[in-house]
Amino acid sequence: MSNNEGVIYRISGPVVTATGIDARMYEVVRVGHEKLMGEVIEIHGEQSVIQVYEDTSGIRPGEPVFSTGQTLSVQLGPGLLTQIYDGIQRPLQTLEEVMGVFITRGVDADGLDLEKKWTFESTASVGDEVSGGQVIGTVQETDTITHKIMVPPKASGKIKSIESGEFNVTETVCTLDDGTEIQMMQEWPVRHPRPFNQKYAPDTPLVTGMRILDFLFPLAKGGAAGIPGPFGSGKTVTQQSLAKYSDAQIVVYIGCGERGNEMTEVLDEFPHLIDPNTGKPLMNRTVMIANTSNMPVAAREASVYTGITIAEYFRDQGYDVALMADSTSRWAEAMREISSRLEEMPGEEGYPAYLSSRLAEFYERAGRVETLNGDDGSVTVIGAVSPPGGDISEPVSQGTLRIVKVFWGLDAGLARQRHFPAINWLNSYSLYPQSLNQWFRDNIASDFPEVRTEISALLKVEAELQEIVQLVGSDALPMDQQLTLEVARMIRVYFLQQNGFDPVDAYSGVEQQYAMARAILTFQEEAKKAMAAGAVLEDVVNVPARIELMRARFAEGYLEKIEGLVEEMVSQIGNSVEAQ
Amino acid sequence: MTSKEYKTITDIKGPLVFLEKTEPVAYGEIVTIRLSDGSTKNGQVLDTSDDMVVVQVFEGTEGIDRRAGVKFLGDVFKLPVSKGLVGRILDGAGRPRDGGPDIVADEKADIIGAAINPYSRQSPHDFIQTGVSAIDCCTTLVRGQKLPIFSASGLPHNDIALQIARQAKLKDSDEEFIVVFCAMGITAEEYNFFRADLERTGALENAALFVNLADDPAVERLITPRLALTAAEYLAFEHDYHVLVIYTDMTNYCDSLRQIGAAREEVPGRRGYPGYMYTDLAMLYERAGIVKGKKGSITQFPILTMPGDDITHPIPDLSGYITEGQIVISRELHQAGIYPPINVLPSLSRLMGGCIGEETTRDDHKKISDQMYAAYAQGRELRGLVAIVGEDALNERDLQYLKFSDIFEDKFVRQGRDEDRTIDGTLNLCWELLANIDTKYLERLDDELISKYHPTEKKE
Ligand SMILES: Nc1ncnc2c1ncn2[C@@H]1O[C@H](COP(=O)(O)OP(=O)(O)OP(=O)(O)O)[C@@H](O)[C@H]1O
Ligand SMILES: [Mg+2]
Repeated sequence: MSNNEGVIYRISGPVVTATGIDARMYEVVRVGHEKLMGEVIEIHGEQSVIQVYEDTSGIRPGEPVFSTGQTLSVQLGPGLLTQIYDGIQRPLQTLEEVMGVFITRGVDADGLDLEKKWTFESTASVGDEVSGGQVIGTVQETDTITHKIMVPPKASGKIKSIESGEFNVTETVCTLDDGTEIQMMQEWPVRHPRPFNQKYAPDTPLVTGMRILDFLFPLAKGGAAGIPGPFGSGKTVTQQSLAKYSDAQIVVYIGCGERGNEMTEVLDEFPHLIDPNTGKPLMNRTVMIANTSNMPVAAREASVYTGITIAEYFRDQGYDVALMADSTSRWAEAMREISSRLEEMPGEEGYPAYLSSRLAEFYERAGRVETLNGDDGSVTVIGAVSPPGGDISEPVSQGTLRIVKVFWGLDAGLARQRHFPAINWLNSYSLYPQSLNQWFRDNIASDFPEVRTEISALLKVEAELQEIVQLVGSDALPMDQQLTLEVARMIRVYFLQQNGFDPVDAYSGVEQQYAMARAILTFQEEAKKAMAAGAVLEDVVNVPARIELMRARFAEGYLEKIEGLVEEMVSQIGNSVEAQ
Repeated sequence: MTSKEYKTITDIKGPLVFLEKTEPVAYGEIVTIRLSDGSTKNGQVLDTSDDMVVVQVFEGTEGIDRRAGVKFLGDVFKLPVSKGLVGRILDGAGRPRDGGPDIVADEKADIIGAAINPYSRQSPHDFIQTGVSAIDCCTTLVRGQKLPIFSASGLPHNDIALQIARQAKLKDSDEEFIVVFCAMGITAEEYNFFRADLERTGALENAALFVNLADDPAVERLITPRLALTAAEYLAFEHDYHVLVIYTDMTNYCDSLRQIGAAREEVPGRRGYPGYMYTDLAMLYERAGIVKGKKGSITQFPILTMPGDDITHPIPDLSGYITEGQIVISRELHQAGIYPPINVLPSLSRLMGGCIGEETTRDDHKKISDQMYAAYAQGRELRGLVAIVGEDALNERDLQYLKFSDIFEDKFVRQGRDEDRTIDGTLNLCWELLANIDTKYLERLDDELISKYHPTEKKE
């Protein structure tokens, strides 16, 4: 006989033990007189161990616990976009309406507005054979995003009735001949990846508009990247830039155990920012999850799953989705905290032994897939990592680096020099260039990969030369090496540096990136020629057109100007020979 | 609720008392313990079950034996709050320490404090003029920000904190801050220094002090900042005050946290500090900010001393991961006789971008502070090189930068303990000092600004 009511035996922070309840692993239960939401995370004989998503102060042993038969799920359907949720998909706006500005507890809130009417336009007809994932209609959810209403993954059959019109998300819009009723809202358990037909190898870059990323360390749509870095090195600014400028169609931004004000900033800013890819407000394509550092840790643990399930749902509609998790270290710490309350045997640095498998499972949910309906969709995951003391030999960084194919390593030294983005070009890497080269050749320039190779080679040579300079000063180097240093300096200052807050330069299209890289190589060639003919390095470097070429990137319409500026530079460098 | 007294203590370990055979006790409930000599101690429930209750004793377990009587008070820890807190000095557990009467409560507030809904926050954007050039120009403080001082033992962080508390104001406004001061494990001497200064300047009347000193119970330190922040929230969000919370020393707080963790035999994290220290600190630091629909604000100025001057130590490290920047005090500058010895290079104010510029401070603020920073950073780097290869190896540009770094420390960073510089004064000083470098080397400044402000290139 199953029993759906038990009693609390023990409370230790967010972990509550109950007896007398028949619950399944990961089942959602209601804890105490206030019916706080929790999830069963361990079963020991008679005892069910529950992580509770709200503060447990004041709860006593002996209070009731109820099982719900449900596993932790999210509501999926029109109304997700532009929302900001906590870690268990409660809309923060609803919480404010009910609780005021401070988050108290004991309030349930639906992830979707169940009342709001949407205009459903059916795209399937009576008699059509449909199966899981198939699109049966659409809703224009925001200016830019058409929400596709899909048959839930496990349903299939012949359409008996389907109707266009105004519906809320719980009203039936379609019935199948076996009696299955389909609503615009689906629920999906967050800890289960949503199904798809097959994974494809990524072959298209996620264009981010950040030169160092797109040009040197590109990420593929459907790929996964890790951004480790000490505090203040630029993880959040980078993630926010990606949320603003990357050419994903949908962005899921998870603030996991980080600052409240950073989420507020996104909320303030995004409605006014224009998506460079569509010309419409960025908010239209964005879903936010905010479970800040001072909100309950169990909900922080859940927040990344809530986020990625929403991302997969949009992927299933055929969209390219980018998900940012800032910071996965705080998620791992939530696991550690819960695990230690469970008195589990700790692994490295107190993290649970299953840390690396959880990380792997999470990043595995990224991918470019053939969806159930045969369409093409992707989830790209970008996870920030906050290693203690900035030392990435720790378990979360290492666990992440073993899985992701792109490593954007932020560097405290560069941040201190105010070289932004402070991504270290010497130790960062991307394993995607091979699979993306074709795309760059076809869409940007046939010699794109070769130009990239030259640029990174120059940076490597610079690093070697710098070691010598540290010992003897740069004047002691031969002229050709001094020129190399100047060229590398140009790469750093003009190309790699990109202020995330600059109104113009924060976004740089790939064509412009290529043109800028070319301009640097042209400078190098011309300077070499001129110096061979007797010009002085300092004159060559200081030709006004080169300074202008570099400065002009802060003004609109730069791409169109580059060619002219380069010509001018070439001619001035030529003149510097005659001046001798 | 009249409650029963239990005499069922089984174990006593460090600051923890374990007892059994109780009626159901609430998690987080407040406890009083009556010792055999008749004195009482207070504590809080850390773990509760049908079989065993674990109580953390704020005053330490010294003198408790198994015959001690334990009463559960039926509620979580609350602070009586009212406007009457202003002008008062309380101890680390919230009892009057100034000989005055008990606080007459308007209400009682849960000291753990609920999280501010991120949706309900407002982005801080009001510039606070501290009168300290290194801060106002390079590490601008914003109302509602949490900006710690990373210091180390023997450095004048207290003087700096006090100078800021005295001078902080909005530009062109006389609106003052209410100071909530929270001492955690500092020495009586340090405390007297703070108090005397607040008294001298009359600030004490506009301040609430919560004081746990070095010889006060270590475990009590875990609640002292929570009391202070609860008072701050009440004053800011119920009475529209702009509150500046100064707490010192976070390092003592963290050490108490470590002590509890050890007594509970928890698996320790880095350097023995508990794995949940990040979350615990966030529960304090995140209680800063501005919320929609309320006039007041909470600005936090925590002070911590970095053990071994090491910024990667867990205390500064985890703090830096939560706060919105940091002001780093440098031993090297202090030893060179410079006050305030603020090293602007590792210092950062993350909210600065949104609060400086034409409308709030001045149109040149952003660029001039970038230029000051860049020039100083380069000069400092060159010092290292010069030590190896000598000045002769430097070109003209580098020589100018090198000289500038000394000027920067001597004229810009250095100022008097009572010297209150306006932001205009600070920015003008930047121009004056940068005039020591040829304009062609000032890459971060544009011609427009140069012709507007540069002392010798200016076009009137
Ligand atoms: N790309 C950038 N352009 C301009 N400024 C930047 C950039 N990246 C970082 N910064 C500067 O560095 C500061 C810190 O960056 P950010 O908040 O992203 O750090 P973080 O790595 O997320 O730190 P934490 O781990 O503490 O959250 C920013 O406030 C900004 O001043
Ligand atoms: Mg961050």
